[in-house]
Amino acid sequence: MSELLATDRLVKRFGGLLATDNVSIDVQHGEIHALIGPNGAGKTTLVSQLTGGLAPDAGTIRFLGRDITRLPTHARVRLGLARSFQITSVLRDFSALENVALAQQAHRGHSFRFLADVRRDTNRTEAARRGLAAVGLDARASTRASALSHGEQRQLEIAMALGGEPRLLLLDEPMAGMGPEESQRMVALLRGLKQRCGMLLIEHDMEAVFALADRITVLVYGRAIFTGTPDEIRRHPEVRQAYLGEES
Amino acid sequence: MEALIQVLNGVQLGLLMFLLAAGLTLTFGIMDLVNLAHGSLYMMGAYIAWTFITWTDSFVLGALLALPATFIVGVVVEVVIARRLYARDHLDQVLATFGLILFFNDLVRAIWGPAGKSIAVPPFLNHTIEILPGALYPAYRLAIIVVGTVVALLLAWLVARTRLGMLIRAGASNRRMIAALGVNIELLFSLVFGLGAVFAGLAGLMAAPISSVKIGMGDDILILAFVIIVTGGIGSIKGAFVAAMGVGQLDIIGRVYLSDWLKAVMDPAAASAAAPAISQVLIYIVMAAVLVWRPTGLFGQRQ
Amino acid sequence: MTEQRLMGRLFTPRALITALLLVLLAALPLIAQAMGDRYILSVGTRIVIWAIAAVSLNMILGYGGLVSFGHAAFIGIGGYAVGILSANEISSGWIQWPVALFAATLWAALVAALSLRTRGVYFIMITLAFAQLVYYLGSGLEAYGGDDGLNISRSRFAGLIDLRDKAAFHWLCFALLCATLWFCGRFAHSPFGHVLRGAKSNESRMAALGFPVFRYRLVACLIAGAFGGLSGILLANEGAYISPAMMSWVKSGDLIVMVVLGGIGVRFGPLYGALAFFVLEESLKPGLDLLHKGWGEYWQLVFGPLLVIIALYAKGGIAALLGFRHE
Repeated sequence: MSELLATDRLVKRFGGLLATDNVSIDVQHGEIHALIGPNGAGKTTLVSQLTGGLAPDAGTIRFLGRDITRLPTHARVRLGLARSFQITSVLRDFSALENVALAQQAHRGHSFRFLADVRRDTNRTEAARRGLAAVGLDARASTRASALSHGEQRQLEIAMALGGEPRLLLLDEPMAGMGPEESQRMVALLRGLKQRCGMLLIEHDMEAVFALADRITVLVYGRAIFTGTPDEIRRHPEVRQAYLGEES
Repeated sequence: MEALIQVLNGVQLGLLMFLLAAGLTLTFGIMDLVNLAHGSLYMMGAYIAWTFITWTDSFVLGALLALPATFIVGVVVEVVIARRLYARDHLDQVLATFGLILFFNDLVRAIWGPAGKSIAVPPFLNHTIEILPGALYPAYRLAIIVVGTVVALLLAWLVARTRLGMLIRAGASNRRMIAALGVNIELLFSLVFGLGAVFAGLAGLMAAPISSVKIGMGDDILILAFVIIVTGGIGSIKGAFVAAMGVGQLDIIGRVYLSDWLKAVMDPAAASAAAPAISQVLIYIVMAAVLVWRPTGLFGQRQ
Repeated sequence: MTEQRLMGRLFTPRALITALLLVLLAALPLIAQAMGDRYILSVGTRIVIWAIAAVSLNMILGYGGLVSFGHAAFIGIGGYAVGILSANEISSGWIQWPVALFAATLWAALVAALSLRTRGVYFIMITLAFAQLVYYLGSGLEAYGGDDGLNISRSRFAGLIDLRDKAAFHWLCFALLCATLWFCGRFAHSPFGHVLRGAKSNESRMAALGFPVFRYRLVACLIAGAFGGLSGILLANEGAYISPAMMSWVKSGDLIVMVVLGGIGVRFGPLYGALAFFVLEESLKPGLDLLHKGWGEYWQLVFGPLLVIIALYAKGGIAALLGFRHE
């Protein structure tokens, strides 16, 4: 079974508003699946339901063959479903190294150990360094997270999400607020991660989306109107009308 | 009949508590300020009223003078200290307002002395009224109920129908929005804080003839006020009202009936000892139960 | 660590001051005897005991960001457990102390399980309310003195130590303070401590990383409650007296003051805070009297605004002044 994640007719209502309208999408092993759509289409709402922040009103979510619809967030993370945040959410008071170390620590059994000194745990520190190196941040290991540049914080976000060797990474607008050079670096980074885990990517940056995605799903008013390869998306009349306009 | 009297007592207590809680829930809801010193304003209201009542030899005149005076005290506290705390985290606010409590307690002691004061029930209210055939109720307590109800209705009208009230409601649900609307935030906050101080002071001076005027009188009742606004939901005047009424009735049940009910199931001496403790505790248990069910109170905003 | 770096860490001004402080506290019984002043020993022992309580609060407040306004309840429970057992002819410390610690931990479990579901101001209030609950229960216990409190006899540890010996008792408290500080130091840099501190920094992020934050905070509260109970046990034995005042909300407020004054999230902060608190209290009164006779009685007129100033401008506390980085 090569399916990592699959939703089946997911529904979410906020009062009279249908934010998620019978959405059925899937992500395969080793694939980068992009989720695009105009603002207000319900992309973040969908991601929140996938991570456990919001409970869907109807429908199911299966991850690695398991029904995770009612599972709390931390349990989903333990199963291998990680996310990065749209608004950078790192541990500002800790160093970059410590951020990654904690992210990895979450997947190493429990942390109810009170007398061990993490500063002397060379395994922990080395593993965290490797995590930072994978995203190109090893030079900034001892820098306080709040002192990192915006782009570096986004990189740190990815490193933290990778902390538990996830099977699926949910990336909520990783390019947000990045200039062209930073975006290029991020695209290269993400492409390099393809072998390690599948990715569901929400993005507005169309250049990045078309450079990275194996498949793209278009979400409009909470409904997934089409899923296909980048070429199919470019040619699809409904998508062009609803979203891409004349440019493609 | 007896039951009616007690229910009225509960209503009277509830209205007094609502006055105290209303100001607190407003400053919480709009300015996100943990103000432990709110009870000190209750105390100041009573003491200032004592001074004016003694000076004018008239309860009503003294009370009417005490209200604007308490408003001024409230505004001064807001301008000097409170407004520096709005942007701070709750720990800072707890620490600072805790310091204010200590300050006000000693201030009162320095100005009015360590012994308590007493305010007599005004002569024109010092009798009983026959509210129903055979049911006599103290006129003063009835007056508290009347005044409290009028103020509650006034506050409800203010919040629901005036521009100030609209700003208050908007602010309670989204503070940043009202700033973005170009409202003079500083003035609004001073007004709200001052209003809360007046209500607290009014509660203090009205309660004085039937309880006492002493140092630290606001501190224990403050905790009760917090219990009320937390149970009702921070920022919700309706919640404060419902919770205050509930607390009023619970208090009466606890003080008057619990002892008898307990005597039915346990030794009378133990019952009279246990009853006051349990009745105090009852209110906290109810609050804890409400918070477990709804972590932001009955009518509070989900954060 | 190279010898040079080790020396660098041991001989910083702040390390020296801390060491000096500890040495002074340890030597206090000898100093008091030399000066012929019993009062100074009594104050010193109480500082040590309150320091233990403040360290325990720092564990959840400083490191965990959980502003509990009900911590004095643990002092009360620890003290009352000892007192109640003592009044009922169970005077052996070997029985009293474990029971008291257990009672405090149990109460911590109950309060935390319910309070940790709330956030922010609601958390502060619900912890305050729970402490009030204990306070009123205590003052309602007529059999154990009610509001006035109760004189009790000290715990007995047959043959091992006589707690009526003020010097011996002081050294016991000091040893326990050192143990508490040692534990706190390990705690701060342990895997558990880092999770707790991470949750203080960004709770939702920690949950998103896969940590069941509630469980970690609950355990932290249990630990803090246990150490708080320990300080209550010691306090009851210090004065051979228990009273509801031990667990009033004012005391909970005092504890917060000590923690913030000393420097939150720093291991030795509460020690500085407890010391500064008592020094302030003891010196403001005579100090004001010096300025004008009779003014000493109104020391809170100065202390109150001082707290306001600290809250507004000196959040890092004494530890920040001494150059402690946030650990």
